[in-house]
Amino acid sequence: MSSGAELTSQEYITHHLANLKVGDGFMAVHLDSLGWSVFLGLVFLTIFRSVAKKATPGVPGKLQCAVEMVVGFVDDSVKSTFHGKNELIAPLSLTIFVWVLLMNSMDWVPVDLLPHLIHWTTGMELGDIYMKPVPTADPNITFGLALGVFILIIFYSIKVKGVGGFMKELTTQPFGHWSLYPVNFILETVTMLARPLSLALRLFGNLYAGELIFLLIATIGLFQLPVHFLWAAFHLLVIPLQAFIFMMLTIVYLSLAHEDH
Amino acid sequence: MDINMTLVGQLIAFVVFVIFCMKYVWPPIIGAIEERQATIADGLAASDRAAKDLELAQEKAKAQLKEAKVQAASIVDAAKKHEAKIVDEAAGKAQAEKERILATGHAEIETERNRAREELRKEVAILAVAGAEKILERTIDAAAHSDILDKLVAEL
Repeated sequence: MSSGAELTSQEYITHHLANLKVGDGFMAVHLDSLGWSVFLGLVFLTIFRSVAKKATPGVPGKLQCAVEMVVGFVDDSVKSTFHGKNELIAPLSLTIFVWVLLMNSMDWVPVDLLPHLIHWTTGMELGDIYMKPVPTADPNITFGLALGVFILIIFYSIKVKGVGGFMKELTTQPFGHWSLYPVNFILETVTMLARPLSLALRLFGNLYAGELIFLLIATIGLFQLPVHFLWAAFHLLVIPLQAFIFMMLTIVYLSLAHEDH
Repeated sequence: MDINMTLVGQLIAFVVFVIFCMKYVWPPIIGAIEERQATIADGLAASDRAAKDLELAQEKAKAQLKEAKVQAASIVDAAKKHEAKIVDEAAGKAQAEKERILATGHAEIETERNRAREELRKEVAILAVAGAEKILERTIDAAAHSDILDKLVAEL
C-alpha cells in the first residue's frame, strides 16, 4: 500500500471501488468489470471446450477428470432439483457456477496488485489507474446474470403453461376469491420480481462487502498481512458458496417455472 | 450503484456463453461420462452374471458328483449281488455234482458188492460141494444134487 501518505483511508477506498469507465450516464461501460468477466468466461469455455473436444468414454486424462468432476457435480445438482426434460438448464447451471466461481475468485487477487502492475508496466500515475478486478462486486454484472435468468423464468413459464396459464398463476393465488385477484397479482408480481433482484443483490452484496473489507484491511498498516490472510481464508467459504447458491437458485426458479399448479 | 450498458454487455456475454456451452461443451462431456457409466454398469452386471454362473456350475457339478456317487454305489451293489448269485450258482452246481458223483459211487459200490456177493456165492457153492465131497468121500453128482446146491446157494 503506497497511497497512505498522500491519501486518506476514505479516498483510498473510494478510489479502489471506482470502475474503469468509458462513456457517460447510462451509455457508460465498465471496462474492467466487463473485460474481466468476458475474459474469465472465455477461460472457462476454453478449458472446458478443450476437454469436450477430446472427451473419451474410456480412461479419462487428469484434466478431463477435473472437468468431469465439476460437470458431474452440476448434473447431480440439476437432477436432484429439476425433474423435467430441458436441454438448457444443465449447461446454463454449469456456465453460471464456473463463471461466477471464477469471477468471485478475483477477490483473492490482492487489491493493490493490478494497479501497481499497470503502474510499473505503463508508468501511469497510481491516482489515474482505476482497476476493480472483481466483476461480481459490480451490480451491473450480477444484474446482467440475474436478468438473463429472469428472462428464462418468464420464457419457460409462458412456454410450459401458456400465456393464460401464466396469468392465471399470477392472479388466482394465494387468495381464491375473484375480488382479490388484483391483490394476488400485486403479490405474485412482487414475488416474481424479488427472484432476480435477490439473486443479483445477494451475490453483489457478498462480494462487494468482501472487497470492501479487503480495502479496509489494506489501510491498517503492517498488521494487515495476517488479517488479509484470515479474510482470504474466509473467502474459501464465501466464494464457492455464493457461486453454488446462484446456480442452485437458478435451477430452483426454473423448475418452479416448469411446474404446473 | 450506477447501472449502465455494462449490464447489457454482461447479458449478451451471458447469452453467448450459455449457448456455446449448451452446443459445444456440455453434450460431449456429459455424453462421455454417461457412456463410461453405462460401460461400468455393464461390466459390473457381467461380473455379477459370471459369479452367478459360477455358482450354478458349482452346484451342477456337486449334483453330478452326488449322482455319480449314487450310481457307483448302485453299480457296486449290483456287482455284489451278481457275485453272490454266481457263488450261489457255483455252490449249487458243486452240490449237484457232488451228489451225482456220490450217487455214481454208491451205484458202483452196489454193483461191485453185488458181483462180489455173487462170486462169493458161487465160490461158497463150489467150496460146499468140495467140502461135501470130502465128507462123503465120493463124488456127488452135481446134476443129481443141483436142487440141494441151489437151495444152499440161495440161503447164503
